[in-house]
Amino acid sequence: MIAINEKGYYGDFGGAYIPEMLHPNVEELRQHYVQIMQEDSFQKEFQQLLKDYVGRPSPLYLAKSLSEHYQTTIYLKREDLNHTGAHKINNTIGQILMAKRLGKTRIIAETGAGQHGVATATVCALMGIQCIVYMGAVDIERQAPNVSRMRMLGAEVRPAVSGSQTLKDATNEAIRDWINNPVDTHYIIGSVVGPHPYPDMVARFQSVISEEMKWQLEEHTGKANPDMIVACVGGGSNAAGAFYHYLNEKDVRLVAVEAAGLGINSGESAATSVLGTEGVIHGSRTLLMQTSDGQIVEPYSISAGLDYPGIGPLHAHLIKSGRAEAVSITDDDALEAAFFLSRKEGIIPALETAHAFSALDKISFQRDDVIVICLSGRGDKDLNTYIKHLDRFSGIGKIS
Amino acid sequence: MNRLDQLFSQKNDHILNIYFTAGYPKLADTKEIILSLEKAGVDLIELGMPYSDPLADGPTIQESGQQALANGMTLPLLFDQIKEVRQETQIPLIMMGYFNQVMQFGIQAFIDKCVEVGIDGVILPDLPLYEYEQYYRDMFEQAGLHISFLITPQTSEERIRKVDELTKGFIYMVSNSSITGAKNTISDLQLSYFNRINALQLKNPRLIGFGISSHETFETACQYANGAIIGSAYIKMLAKAQDIEKDTKLFVQKIKGEIPTKLQYMV
Ligand SMILES: Cc1ncc(COP(=O)(O)O)c(C=O)c1O
Repeated sequence: MIAINEKGYYGDFGGAYIPEMLHPNVEELRQHYVQIMQEDSFQKEFQQLLKDYVGRPSPLYLAKSLSEHYQTTIYLKREDLNHTGAHKINNTIGQILMAKRLGKTRIIAETGAGQHGVATATVCALMGIQCIVYMGAVDIERQAPNVSRMRMLGAEVRPAVSGSQTLKDATNEAIRDWINNPVDTHYIIGSVVGPHPYPDMVARFQSVISEEMKWQLEEHTGKANPDMIVACVGGGSNAAGAFYHYLNEKDVRLVAVEAAGLGINSGESAATSVLGTEGVIHGSRTLLMQTSDGQIVEPYSISAGLDYPGIGPLHAHLIKSGRAEAVSITDDDALEAAFFLSRKEGIIPALETAHAFSALDKISFQRDDVIVICLSGRGDKDLNTYIKHLDRFSGIGKIS
Repeated sequence: MNRLDQLFSQKNDHILNIYFTAGYPKLADTKEIILSLEKAGVDLIELGMPYSDPLADGPTIQESGQQALANGMTLPLLFDQIKEVRQETQIPLIMMGYFNQVMQFGIQAFIDKCVEVGIDGVILPDLPLYEYEQYYRDMFEQAGLHISFLITPQTSEERIRKVDELTKGFIYMVSNSSITGAKNTISDLQLSYFNRINALQLKNPRLIGFGISSHETFETACQYANGAIIGSAYIKMLAKAQDIEKDTKLFVQKIKGEIPTKLQYMV
């Protein structure tokens, strides 16, 4: 059975390794999150917003050309069609309702690709709550359209200038802000990372993805279970949502796709399951990239949303226990997959998501398999990057 | 006998604990800083193990840690430096860092090494009480290595009692809910928190840290606890120090109020 225990561990991974200054905040959340989520009034408001505001259920789309190319059956779970363009909003809707019920009046968040920042700024605008988003200075540069979106939505974007100036450092800054503002502030973490209860809470909010997949697959194929689910993993929230209701269905293969950056052994990578060892990052015991001296390593990926040196404790457990397979995909392979999907299906995916599509070239499957790929987000935010590589990828290989 | 126990058995007020980041400003400054602090009359010294992601620290300590790492500081090297300076001083030394660093070194190996080089206690702000009690308490207590846990104005009485039970050496009282960094004033709210803790009659001595940076804040802290911990203010001084020994002496004299205020303008 794959489940979280009372102390917040999945097997050896999880827990709450936090300084005492954070204890009251995290403890308040831990004591109330399950109960609040189960309240009728919460569920009613949450479901209503997912339907009318986010646009759920997101379609499950049979990708005919892709299926033909790979000689199998491929469905795409269209999280890219959600309001704000990614799965991230499932979680921020849930957490803003949680924050309101906890009486919080100020929201902070970290963001990498800017998708979670936009999703947070959006729900704060919706609820009329102050919003501050921490973002690495490097990411502010490479995800400029999302920075403008956040500002237009009324959020303050604060650059994180320490360390590698990416997602890890933005997370550090957000945690520091929370330490300094212990009473009125809720921290909306954007993935299944951080101290317990965050990994579990975010997974529950994202679990709507696999909840819908079950009945949608049943409608399409007559079976609720696919043979395989493929999702990209930064911290792991879209994967956690896509896997959630299948975790204990042993006949469903789970494939977690990480960013290999310039290559696993290049020194410029974010493939945590291969390069990581057990340790503690952002309050959670999990797999992370670090030196033998326990210093956290700066990761690298072309995709800001996968550019994180850890993975959520659920995924560490799934991978270590053999329940999930990990695949790592380089920048170039992800770019190629993005161009391929665009041409084949008329869908420009987010760079993060493109990694999941590239995994189709790396894994084995049968002709009669049913594969679901979590299409976690759309590529509007990545157009600058794509345009830079347009010439290189428009006429080569399988993209002709 | 653990040097912390020795210290607290001889002195229970105005204890001055100074923190510095090992490997900063220069990699090999550890020895000179420790000996200068001792000479200046500091009671115990906290060595920060520089860390890439110091969640509980403010910009001053964070930046000094980044510099120390860039200078090449590692845990094995720090242990070597401590071992050497231990030949020349008996001042209580504690190490402060993050749990991941200890985990990678190996918990038992870390404890053994601390004992071997003459470290008296540790502070690991992100080690949860629960994990410590379940898995590591016996290892620490058997080795005689002390450990301090933190309390804040938001810590419940029940939890403070637990901290008092698990702590050996002294309790680290965070003066307000915030990350480290000199703030320079102590508010009425903080005073009522100090009074509340005083009334609990804890078995461990208490040192107040975070925001202590001047003679006034030090004196106030000492009225309500057994002493205080200074970090960021000392590191800021070190950043500008011309002569570590001389400047450390002046810094400590100022904190203790041994230099008349008028003269303070000159240093
Ligand atoms: C579209 C998209 N997919 C995936 C991710 C990675 O996050 P996670 O692993 O939490 O799903 C991000 C993060 O920003 C994203 O924007």
